[in-house]
Amino acid sequence: MSNSGRLRIIGRRLLQSIPVVVLSTFIVFGLLKLVPGDVAVTLAGDNASDQRIAEIRELYGLNQPFFLQYGSWLWKAAHGDLSNSLISNEAVLTSIQRCLPHTLLIVVLALLTAMLVGIPLGIAAATKPGSWIDGFVMAIASLGVAVPNFWLGMLLVAFFSLQLNWLPATGAVSLMKDPWASLSHAILPAVALASGGIAEVARQLRSSLVEILSSQQVRTLHAKGLPPSSILWRHGLKNVSVNLLTVVSLLANRMLAATVVVEAVFAIPGMGGLIVNGAMNRDFPVVQGVVFTMVLIVVTLNLLTDILYSVLDPRISS
Amino acid sequence: MTDAVMAPERRPGRFSGFVRWFVSDLRGAFSLTFLVALFVISVLGPWISPYAPAAQDLDAALATMSTQHWLGADDLGRDTLSRLIYGGMASLYASFLAVTIAVLIGVPVGILAGYLGGWVDAVISRIIDSFLSFPAIVLAIAVTGALGIGLTNGMISVGIVFAPQLARLVRARTLVVRNELYVDAARCFGGSTKRILWRHVLPNAIQPVIVQVTLLLAAALLAEASLSFLGLGIQPPDPSWGGMLARAYQNMEIAPEQMYPPGLAILFTALAFNTLGESLRVALDPTMKRN
Repeated sequence: MSNSGRLRIIGRRLLQSIPVVVLSTFIVFGLLKLVPGDVAVTLAGDNASDQRIAEIRELYGLNQPFFLQYGSWLWKAAHGDLSNSLISNEAVLTSIQRCLPHTLLIVVLALLTAMLVGIPLGIAAATKPGSWIDGFVMAIASLGVAVPNFWLGMLLVAFFSLQLNWLPATGAVSLMKDPWASLSHAILPAVALASGGIAEVARQLRSSLVEILSSQQVRTLHAKGLPPSSILWRHGLKNVSVNLLTVVSLLANRMLAATVVVEAVFAIPGMGGLIVNGAMNRDFPVVQGVVFTMVLIVVTLNLLTDILYSVLDPRISS
Repeated sequence: MTDAVMAPERRPGRFSGFVRWFVSDLRGAFSLTFLVALFVISVLGPWISPYAPAAQDLDAALATMSTQHWLGADDLGRDTLSRLIYGGMASLYASFLAVTIAVLIGVPVGILAGYLGGWVDAVISRIIDSFLSFPAIVLAIAVTGALGIGLTNGMISVGIVFAPQLARLVRARTLVVRNELYVDAARCFGGSTKRILWRHVLPNAIQPVIVQVTLLLAAALLAEASLSFLGLGIQPPDPSWGGMLARAYQNMEIAPEQMYPPGLAILFTALAFNTLGESLRVALDPTMKRN
């Protein structure tokens, strides 16, 4: 494929993602419309002064028509102004900049764990379908999907922190300040978060690999006398790498959701704590800011996957 | 002889088909039995649970398993088994509520998008894409933040988050079904759009939905447990599996065994829904061979 062809695909995907981003911001802002009663009075909380209520009315431009409210909110958000917390008055963007690295560290570690454990499991199951290894891997996968991440986190804390005293139970350290302490705090939450991912990667890899390994193409390779290992690595895995890409981008989305609860277990000051406290205290700018950031991350990831997809698999471009 | 040839082949009845499935698919059968048992226990909860779920007996606080308290008691001396039974009722109710909402929104939207096509489909598909880029629980938490804390609000938002998944599935299926000959035939005979959708498209597009609904029940159960664990779902003192885990976690160093009953209950129920879903996928798919 020519370079200009590639650029054209990337351009088209970028254009296609614009409506999704705009609609998502619309949904994020529209959440405000779900607040029952007079929004300003509800958000100001009990015993709020009239002045406070007026401030909040001003903040969201509640006296203006809806689309004007939305427009000015979007304009500010696009310039990095996600307004201030109603409780602490801290700029929401500052809170997010402080919390996001903790969340990203866990999610990235969990993704790596899911791949590092899931891929070998999937290969082992696919090369001997129907064997006890296959049964074992599929049983692990079923459990991994059904186990609540936060409960797994609690079990890990009980065993590795309280009983063996190997790893810290709670808290987080910045990766920049002390990489070693930071990783040791992030390992248990990442493993708790990775359980569903391991299952998903192993399952997907197994099913697509089994399909490929039983295909005519592979039978021909066997007939040609190629060693099984070379068939697996050069022909099998190369063909399923595209499927794996889809799974990973899907997992990133799910893990961003699950991390909210896992962070609560490990008392990590990340995006999860931010949005849960925001929702409990009706600190709406914070809630909107966190959702907005997460949606941007997901949309960007989907876009990257789409582009990688069309680069890896030339058939898609047509 | 001629009679035997002329007689139409007798198709197995629904019940005997069910029995055959039940015997041939042990995992699916076991899951279904587990879920039915859970449902019966939940419904009978008020009559069979040994204590009232909120009854406190401070002498038994954090008690371990005993003949009085089969699964021990929490830090306020409330019987764990009783709370588990009542919490199960709440969890099942919450899961079904969320999935019902997802079906009521997702199925009609998917069918309309797939059948009408054109700009309706384009608009709906973009909206579906946008909703799918929200991490599920995050949107549910945000909606809870807007509507106010409570189980019903939380599960409505979980239902709204799940709806696009169903809509996308139904849309894809409808795209296939609407080009089938029998739909063309119905149109030629002057069937109204409404009638065609109800009588021909819906029944043929619904099959993958049944599988997906079973899988979504597991996801909804986990979402409810997560929300209640965070304190955004079922509010104490009402019992919930997620809420029980939150309490057990606070007292983990004194009574670690309190973490197991609610955790295992969530795990097994989610596992049963997932396993049943996979079994249904095989059982309902006419192209897959049954042994």
